[in-house]
Amino acid sequence: MNVVLGQFFPGTSVLHRLDPRTKLLLTLVLIVCIFLVRGFLGYGVLFLFILLAARESKVRLKTLFKAVRPILFIIALTVVLNVFFATGGTVLVRWSFVTITKEGLINSAYMALRLILLVLGTQLLTLTTSPIALTDGLERLMSPLRRVGFPAHELAMMMSIALRFIPTLTEEADKIIKAQKARGADFESGSLVKRARAMLPILVPLFVSAFRRADELALAMEARCYRGGEHRTRMRILRFTRLDTLAFGLTGLVLALGVWLPV
Amino acid sequence: MKDRSTRDEIIRVEQVCFAYPGQQAQVLDAVNLSVGAGEFLAILGHNGSGKSTLAKLLNALFVPSSGKVYVDGIDTGDADRVWDVRRVCGMVFQNPDNQLVATVVEEDVAFGLENLGIPAPEIRPRVEDALAAVGMGEYALSAPHMLSGGQKQRIAIAGVLAMRPRVIVFDEATAMLDPAGRDSVMDVVLRLCREEGITMVWITHFMEEAALADRLILMDQGRVAMEGAPREVFARVEAVRALGLDVPEMAELGQRLNKRGLELPEGILTTREMVVALCRLKSGT
Ligand SMILES: Nc1ncnc2c1ncn2[C@@H]1O[C@H](COP(=O)(O)OP(=O)(O)O)[C@@H](O)[C@H]1O
Ligand SMILES: [Mg+2]
Repeated sequence: MNVVLGQFFPGTSVLHRLDPRTKLLLTLVLIVCIFLVRGFLGYGVLFLFILLAARESKVRLKTLFKAVRPILFIIALTVVLNVFFATGGTVLVRWSFVTITKEGLINSAYMALRLILLVLGTQLLTLTTSPIALTDGLERLMSPLRRVGFPAHELAMMMSIALRFIPTLTEEADKIIKAQKARGADFESGSLVKRARAMLPILVPLFVSAFRRADELALAMEARCYRGGEHRTRMRILRFTRLDTLAFGLTGLVLALGVWLPV
Repeated sequence: MKDRSTRDEIIRVEQVCFAYPGQQAQVLDAVNLSVGAGEFLAILGHNGSGKSTLAKLLNALFVPSSGKVYVDGIDTGDADRVWDVRRVCGMVFQNPDNQLVATVVEEDVAFGLENLGIPAPEIRPRVEDALAAVGMGEYALSAPHMLSGGQKQRIAIAGVLAMRPRVIVFDEATAMLDPAGRDSVMDVVLRLCREEGITMVWITHFMEEAALADRLILMDQGRVAMEGAPREVFARVEAVRALGLDVPEMAELGQRLNKRGLELPEGILTTREMVVALCRLKSGT
């Protein structure tokens, strides 16, 4: 079967079989806990938990850690700022205007760990949950908010339409770029401004076509009786099973342990 | 097959005029039309003759400026019954990409049923049936963007079919397809019409497709200019030409040969018929 969009790897593991709402909620709780954990022991527990969950769902560590690469720069920046500009505490090194303190070092390590755990947790979610399940789960989790006017259905619909059209628009952009190149356009050399300007003849037709597509799609949806979220049923029914209860219990215990462990 | 005069009427268009909002020009000018249940009706006409506008009037995407459109007896101008009209009369558009909503084929086919509020346990079997009917059963879990144009159009047909319509309107549904895709779509549509009795309104500019219809309508400047069985219509080569349209190659060849003094029967549309007629002529003389 072809993979629908970049991230998701189809599978039948426990993590794959969990209700998307469970996974979304647990990821949310995990994120909160990441900021409540007090020391290295706690981070160790969370880290181990994520690795074990990844192993269970047959996600390769390399794939899991791929998510860290794009934020390496941010991690490095946070670490540097924390190390060099922390004030107070036990001074380890003092050199001209830089002072390195023990607390600064520890804090920067915490920061780095938090960021890494954050991306690993969300990466695990998107690796084991299909985009449809994800938007479905989100819609249903947010639907109680509809009563206060929150557009839960509309947001989920927008997300799934975006997911549907990303490959189509990418393909189209590719075609336009090739067509422009064939006419001698140059996107690779010159200053940043020059290259940005060269992109303009790609963006304009792409936008025009995107608007036309949106127009036609809206008409096609109306023709198929679409009238917003009211009265709408769904083919897939989401059901919590024993597996979900277990997942809540287990994750709850592990996270509680992580938060409880002392500095 | 039932004769047209004995069929029940499924669509009636009465004296319909239509102008786009804020525009003076009448795009449709007193159009009258009747479509029989189970009929395969082809609509031809050059660009801008009002075919797409007429199509959108048939399932209440537009309502007439004046005149009436009835679908299965329902007035499309009745705001309370818009959804009934759209359920009875489905529509397939030209661009296969711009009418599929979901990231997975079966989800897309289910879209219309979900909109109708069909209970979940009933949706899946209907989706599976519809996919099987267009020969796309094994693609239920594929992503639409991985499919060919012809396959995408068949998914779009399945999406309409799942809603159990009585009429499907196709607005140049094969215009963006390669010949193989065009054939596959045409096969499905012909079969659904003959076997399931679904009425097909087929807008096209391919004469070969129009030749397969039970009846033809030629539009010109928002009016119905000619009407009849394909054989009758295409036999009038000059009149068709005058509307800016071509006739099938064999119809034209037949007419030219007739002018040169060969006595061929009227209404030849396919190469096969031409070969048979010529052989008969030769052995006869
Ligand atoms: N959205 C619109 N707004 C205004 N005029 C339109 C619109 N769509 C089509 N028209 C005009 O209506 C006429 C008929 O168009 P259309 O029904 O699309 O013809 P066809 O499908 O036969 O090519 C054309 O003259 C066209 O310019
Ligand atoms: Mg048109």
